[in-house]
Amino acid sequence: MAERVLMKGNEAIAEAAIRAGCRHYFGYPITPQTEIAAYMAKKMPKIGGVFLQAESEIASINMVYGAAATGTRVMTSSSSPGISLKSEGLSYIAGSDVPALVVNVQRGGPGLGGIQPSQSDYFQATKGGGHGDYRMIVLAPASVQEMASLTIKGFNLADKYLMTSMILADGTIGQMMEPISFEDAEIENYEKPWALTGTEGKRKHNIVNSLYLKPDELEKKNFERYERYKIVEENEPMWEEYMMEDAEICVVAFGIASRVAKNAIVAARAEGIKVGLIRPITLWPFPVKPLKAAADQVKSFISVELNMGQMIEDVRLATECKRPVTLCNRSGGMIPSPEQVLDAIRNAQKGE
Amino acid sequence: MEHKRLTLFAGHYGSGKTNIAVNYALALAKEGKSVCIADLDIVNPYFRTKDSAAVLEQAGVELISPQFANTNVDLPALPAEAYKLVTDRSTYAIMDIGGDDRGAYALGRYVPSILEENNYRMVFVANCYRPLTRTPEEAVEVMREIEAACGLKFTDIINNSNLGSETTAETVEASASYIEKLSQLTDLPVFATSAMESVAEQLPPEYSPILVLQLQEKYFDLPSQKPGNRPLWG
Repeated sequence: MAERVLMKGNEAIAEAAIRAGCRHYFGYPITPQTEIAAYMAKKMPKIGGVFLQAESEIASINMVYGAAATGTRVMTSSSSPGISLKSEGLSYIAGSDVPALVVNVQRGGPGLGGIQPSQSDYFQATKGGGHGDYRMIVLAPASVQEMASLTIKGFNLADKYLMTSMILADGTIGQMMEPISFEDAEIENYEKPWALTGTEGKRKHNIVNSLYLKPDELEKKNFERYERYKIVEENEPMWEEYMMEDAEICVVAFGIASRVAKNAIVAARAEGIKVGLIRPITLWPFPVKPLKAAADQVKSFISVELNMGQMIEDVRLATECKRPVTLCNRSGGMIPSPEQVLDAIRNAQKGE
Repeated sequence: MEHKRLTLFAGHYGSGKTNIAVNYALALAKEGKSVCIADLDIVNPYFRTKDSAAVLEQAGVELISPQFANTNVDLPALPAEAYKLVTDRSTYAIMDIGGDDRGAYALGRYVPSILEENNYRMVFVANCYRPLTRTPEEAVEVMREIEAACGLKFTDIINNSNLGSETTAETVEASASYIEKLSQLTDLPVFATSAMESVAEQLPPEYSPILVLQLQEKYFDLPSQKPGNRPLWG
């Protein structure tokens, strides 16, 4: 068995990034993700990497943009208000088709909000946030082990599709501690002929840019990019199914909400209610296939979220509104209790 | 186990200081002592001493916690009542210090009184399974940073080596050489070993004294991480 260590979720992201070959971290501290920066500050100088605390989030995302243009593995991390500040840079990175990894350990919002855990940046992560036509690959870990494995996966996918991968975690998973190992760290290497690595006078220079003077050229770029996104939607959705075989009610939840939901499902099963869970692991691309299939099996869906109901829209779209979808939620840094989810399941059973 | 009037728990962040501090307070209270515990963690946003407020209250342990602990206010302010721990010498006092040197800065404020009274134990909480203190040498580095930040030297080590819910007696036993080396390098005694009851029962006698830990059940523990596959809250 691979070596086990006890890690905080935030540390697991940092260690996994280093193991994935990331040697450039640019960031600005914010609760509840500061351990990522602290870990990088401690480790990067020992392994010849760069840790830089920039003067702001905006500066740090533009440093990521610059480093990404050289083809090196680079990342930043922040929490909700900080991601809003980085959003302009995220759009530029998408418009330039360079790979990067961005971590959002969400806290309550909107505005300055608070420091307690939240999932209220679902829209921001999956629908944009920055301006323009673009997508990010959004990965939603539900354990400390997944914080590590999805970080490595995120770097691989970013390089493969020349996109930003975002780890959309929440404060609880960032702060909680679990034993993990790094045994399944599979680092994929991709050729990067587009990277700005110096021509040495031997080749035509590369250009990394998101500005197009001619609208038809910009349109062509955007259409090409969306062809690539289609491949991602086809090949990369990830999800977990839990007790779905005979389920008549389907709970949909990601990240920390899925852990609360699992406890509620075990309790509901003990009461004889046939309920299961579909947990999206990629939020974009959203796992449409299993939800569409479940719509022919179950009588209703419950979306459990730490926000005012954001993913529920994608659940309705994926199931083509074939079955009712109800919301079970808390917001502002509060977390649904297993009892609250159990009540929602009981109500769904009664057809309410 | 001989107790000092004041016991401080410090160490690398995530080494288990809060769990140890809470359980040590409960152990003292069980011996019939008057006990007060203070959360002086100015670093950690979640999972604080205050989470154990009900258990502590039940055991008659007084809890002093920053006004903003577990709220949305990210303000590293210390409670004024915390001075009681160094001024009121009639009560056994336990201080839960924040992680690393950053957390230990907060302790500096109380150090002159602590040194003057000179009836304290400053315990380094060690877990060999934490990635940034994976070697005894790395642990010593963290110890020295903490001592420099707060101006107080460690007097003891507690072996809290664990892998969370996966901890077995073997997990603890595998930490023996690490802890021995740490003790040698620092010339500090091992004050105790800590473990959950199920693990403690299986540890050989050389691990005594053992601080038996009651761990908090968390809403996010998965069904598979719970004994008997039952939700613990139900």
